[in-house]
Amino acid sequence: MTYAIQAEGLVKRFGETVALNGVSLTARPGTVLGVLGPNGAGKTTAVRILATLLRPDGGRATVDGHDVVRDAHQVRQLIGLTGQYASVDEMLTGTENLVMIGRLLGLSRADAKARAAELLERFDLWDARDRATKTYSGGMRRRLDLSASLVGRPSVLFLDEPTTGLDPHARGGLWDTVRGLVDDGVTVLLTTQYLEEADQLADDIVVIDRGQVIANGTPDQLKTQVGGQVLQVRPADERDRETVAGLVSVVVGEGMQIEGDLVTAPVTDPAVLPTVVRRLDDAGVVVAELSLRKSSLDEVFLALTGHRAEAAEATPELVTEGIRA
Amino acid sequence: MTASTLTPPRTLTRRVSPAATLRHTATLAWRSLVQIKHNPMELIDLSLQPIMFVLLFTYVFGGQMSGDPAKYLQFALPGIIAQNAMFATMNTGFMLNTDLTKGVFDRLRSLPIGRMSPLAGRIVADTVKQAWSMAILLAVGMLIGFRLKTNVGDLFLAFLLLLVFSLAFSWIAVLIGVLVDEPDKVQIFGFTTIFPLSFTSSAFARVDTMPGWLQAWVKVNPVTNLADATRGLLNGGAVASPVIKSLVWAAALAVVFAPLAVRALRRRV
Repeated sequence: MTYAIQAEGLVKRFGETVALNGVSLTARPGTVLGVLGPNGAGKTTAVRILATLLRPDGGRATVDGHDVVRDAHQVRQLIGLTGQYASVDEMLTGTENLVMIGRLLGLSRADAKARAAELLERFDLWDARDRATKTYSGGMRRRLDLSASLVGRPSVLFLDEPTTGLDPHARGGLWDTVRGLVDDGVTVLLTTQYLEEADQLADDIVVIDRGQVIANGTPDQLKTQVGGQVLQVRPADERDRETVAGLVSVVVGEGMQIEGDLVTAPVTDPAVLPTVVRRLDDAGVVVAELSLRKSSLDEVFLALTGHRAEAAEATPELVTEGIRA
Repeated sequence: MTASTLTPPRTLTRRVSPAATLRHTATLAWRSLVQIKHNPMELIDLSLQPIMFVLLFTYVFGGQMSGDPAKYLQFALPGIIAQNAMFATMNTGFMLNTDLTKGVFDRLRSLPIGRMSPLAGRIVADTVKQAWSMAILLAVGMLIGFRLKTNVGDLFLAFLLLLVFSLAFSWIAVLIGVLVDEPDKVQIFGFTTIFPLSFTSSAFARVDTMPGWLQAWVKVNPVTNLADATRGLLNGGAVASPVIKSLVWAAALAVVFAPLAVRALRRRV
C-alpha cells in the first residue's frame, strides 16, 4: 500500500534546539491522521517539512510517494495547507484571494472566478466576498484560509491547529467540513492540542512530545493505553492519604499517583467509582473531594511520558465534593 | 488501495516552466497593485506625500533659496523626484516583511509556483508604483511652473535611469525586509538612513554653498549623482558623467545586495 503521507525519522534542529528528533508517521489514503501534542512539541515543524516549507536535517518523507525535498514541486501540486503561518492576504477581498490562488495554480481567469465563487458559497462567505479580509472575524478568516487551501482540489490536506481559538459552534462546523472532505477521498493530517478533537476526527493518532513520537494508534487503542478517565480522591484528613492510596490502587490497578493530599488514577471502567465509594465507607475515611473526569491531554502525557504537558486542559465531568463516605 | 483510487488521478508537472514563472510573477504583481484599492493609506503615500513635498519645498524654502519660488522649483524638482524614488524603495521591504510576518509568503511557497515569483511580483509592482509617483511629481511640478528644458526623449531617459537606480537600491530594502522581525522596523531604517543620505546631496541645494567637509561627502554620495543626472536630463547641461556614475552605483548596489538579500530570504523561509 502507498501511504498518502509517510515520514521516517525526521530530524530538524534550530541552532541548539532540536525541534524534531526522529519523527516517523504514516497516513493511509482517505483517512484522518491526528497529530496530538502540546505547544512546542514539534507538530508545526513536522507539518512545515511535509508541506515542503522546511528542509529536514535528517530522515525522509513522501506525499503520495513523492519525496518532499527532491520532488517538492510535485508534492506542492497535491497538497493544501492551512495554518496560522499560511495565511491569506489581508489587503485583498475574499474573492481576490481565491482568484489569485486559482490563477497561480494555472486556472483561466473564468475558471478561477468560478472556483472562488463555489468555495465562498460553500463556506458561507458569499456575502463578505467583496470585503477586504482584514475586516473578517476570526471564524471567517479560518474558513477563508481553508477555502484557499482547497482551490486546487488537493488530495492531501494539512490542517495545523485549525480550531485553536474558535468558539464551539465554529469548531463543530470545521469538524463537519473535515468529515465531508474525507468522504470525498481527501487525506487529512490534522494537528491539535485537544484530545477530544483527535478523538472526534482522527482514524489514527500520533502523539508527539519534545520532538518525538511517544505513542500511536487508533483513538480507542490510545485511550485504553492511558485510561479513558481519571479518578481523583482528596481525603478530608491528610493523615488518611496512605489509606486512600492503598485502597485506590487495589481497585484501579496500575497508574495511581499522589500529589500533595490528592490521589489520582487513570480508570477505564466507570464502575470503579461506586466500588471506591464503598471501600472508603468501609474504611471510615471522610473525603473532601471525589471525582471522575475525562482524561485530559495532560493525563495522556503524564501516562505516556511521566511529565506534565504545558498546555493542558482538564475537562471536569463529574465532581462530587464533600461526600461523607 | 492506492492513493489515487478516491481522488481523481492527475498529471503532475516536473518543474515550473519559464512561461509559467512569468505568469505567476504577473499574477503576484497584480495582487500587489490591487491591494491599493483596499488600502487608501498606500495611495496617500504614493501620491499625496510627493505632492506635499513639491509644494512645501517650492513655496516655503523657494523664495529664501533662490529669491523666487519658481526659480527654486526649476532647480529642486529633479532632486525631489530622485529623493522620492529612494524613499519609495522602502515600500518593497515593508510589504515583503508584512508578507513574511503575516504568513502570506508561506502560503505562496506551498503552491507549485516559481520560487522567486513572490519576490519578483513584488518588485514589478513596486516599479509600477515608482513610475506612478514620478509622473505625479512631474505633473504637479509642471502645474505650478516647472518647465522641461530638454525634450521628451531625455525625460524618458531620466525616468528610466531613476527606475533602474531604485530597482538596484531596493535590494537594500529587500534585505532589511527579510532581516527585521516587524514591518515598522523597515520604516525606521528608511527614515534613519535615507533621510540623511538624500539630504546630504545635491538634491535640494547647490554643493558649493556647503562647508568643505560636507562637500567631500556630498560629492561621493550616490544620490548626488542621481540628482545631477536627473537635473541634467530635465533642465539641460552635462549628463554623461552623472549618468555613468549613477549606473555604476546601481550595478554595484545590485551586485552586493541582491545575492545577500536572496540568501537571507532563503535562510529565513
